[in-house]
Amino acid sequence: MNNSMTPAITFTSVRKTFGDVVALDSVDFSAPKGSVTVLLGPNGAGKTTTVRLTTGAMIPDSGVVTVLGLDPQIHGDEVRARVGVVPPKPAFYDQISGWDNLQFAAAIFEADESMALEAAKRFEIEDALGQDVGGYSTGMRTRLALARAVLHDPEVLMLDEPTAGLDPESARSVLELIGEMAGRGRTIVMCTHLLHEAQGIADQLVLLEEGTVEAAGSPRDLIRRYMSNPIVIIDAEDRSMLRAAAELDGVLSVRYDGAAHLTVDSIDRTSDIVTELVKRGARLTRVEPLDPTLEDLYFEIQRVHRRSQ
Amino acid sequence: MRWRMVKAVVRIDLYRLFKTKDYWIPLVILGSMFFVFLPILLLGSLNLIARSPTIAQLADIVGALPDAVQANIRGESPAARAAYGVSVYLLAPIAIVVPLTISSAVGSNAIVGEREKGTGEYLAHSPLTVKEIYIAKLLGSLIPGYLAGIVGFAMYAVVVNVLVGSLVGGWFFPTPGWIILVLWVIPPFITIALALILRISARVRSSAAASQASSLVTLPVILMSYGIATGLIYSPVASAAIVGLVAWIIAAILLVTGSKSIKRERLLGVSAEA
Repeated sequence: MNNSMTPAITFTSVRKTFGDVVALDSVDFSAPKGSVTVLLGPNGAGKTTTVRLTTGAMIPDSGVVTVLGLDPQIHGDEVRARVGVVPPKPAFYDQISGWDNLQFAAAIFEADESMALEAAKRFEIEDALGQDVGGYSTGMRTRLALARAVLHDPEVLMLDEPTAGLDPESARSVLELIGEMAGRGRTIVMCTHLLHEAQGIADQLVLLEEGTVEAAGSPRDLIRRYMSNPIVIIDAEDRSMLRAAAELDGVLSVRYDGAAHLTVDSIDRTSDIVTELVKRGARLTRVEPLDPTLEDLYFEIQRVHRRSQ
Repeated sequence: MRWRMVKAVVRIDLYRLFKTKDYWIPLVILGSMFFVFLPILLLGSLNLIARSPTIAQLADIVGALPDAVQANIRGESPAARAAYGVSVYLLAPIAIVVPLTISSAVGSNAIVGEREKGTGEYLAHSPLTVKEIYIAKLLGSLIPGYLAGIVGFAMYAVVVNVLVGSLVGGWFFPTPGWIILVLWVIPPFITIALALILRISARVRSSAAASQASSLVTLPVILMSYGIATGLIYSPVASAAIVGLVAWIIAAILLVTGSKSIKRERLLGVSAEA
């Protein structure tokens, strides 16, 4: 097994409840070392609980969590020393400066102050370090939280909704950090409900819904599994003419989103479908095979699961 | 126990407290009232009314103290003996009330405050053990109170020596009883109160609730320590040493059990319990 396939984090049949509320139920997934794993799901899906269980900040009711080969319940101090976390709403000691907060983080993670300064520079927050954090904007707080999370160069970085409330520039620097750290062999786990953020950076997706894993795997595998039939987008001057597409040979289903999204049994059917629609009087303005996005995948998985329920 | 990390938490807690003037200015006023203004008022009044019947009454009170205590009271005139008695014996308990009140106020907010602000989440994800966090929070609450006690004690010493020293033949304060009270007896009493208060702070859901619940602990401890402190000032130094030792043992037991009673999850936001 090569390094990239060795799991940095594994959840096996993990269950966590808060009173009557089941936060996670039979959750299984693993995050390979050096990969970017994106936990996707709506609010309340169990993403934050997953982060908290990973560092041992919470203890599961049942099941097993391992991080870097260690059980956070037993070796919590060691696990937490090797993991960095950016919580969804990063909190600081507001009445003291950004630098004081970073110095504190450096002390408890046994990192040099030079590493704290380096991290601040990386997120372009060094000029504001002298100010009290209470006066920081949301973007500055997130940059400081990122600097605080990476100053000890963690082997695993967990980002819980890291771009919430950020301006586009700051959001981009977060995504750049993810790419840069993964490039250095670090394991990244990012929780988000923003599908466009996961697009392009996710080596692996874990779709959480109401505390259970609906699907897990690489985007390519999931697309192959859930979207095995190709989709062709067809548009026309008179869109009512596209209604006929549903009756044509080889068309499995049609979704109308302005244009018609035709799920077909083979991409080779496209020319026959176009010919038939033109023969019926449609003046086509667009014919394009769909390269599925994560959004397409996500909603397809949701659709499949709803149907199976 | 990784003391470097503990020190970092203590240092930041003290620094935050120092930066929060709204919090510590009332505490400084409280300490000043007990250690400076009240003694000046009382002892200054004694100087002004040296020949009044009140002094005779006070001298009677001082005269009613045990013989062993009477033997230690300095001064020739009734006014001087009354001033000495008030300085050394009647005001003794303030030395314990003020630090306990300050430490309790800081300690009640120590853990629940982190949860309310969300900074507890960061501590929960940090390599600090719960025991290290507990000890750090205890020290961060004990130090302001005890420091206030020491500073107040020093100011009190100056005040009583200036106001009463000339009447009793020179500077006389602190006496051995006071020294052992401040250095040996007060710290474990503050620790006992804080060990209990930190448990409360880790269990309640708001700072307001913590303050309310802590007063239930603080008040009996203050009353108990008030009584003990008063008694010790009149007792031989050996008695105070033994009482201090017993208090330290109780404090140690409470510290060990207290650090085990707090769960890491309690540092996370209140919503984590939903």
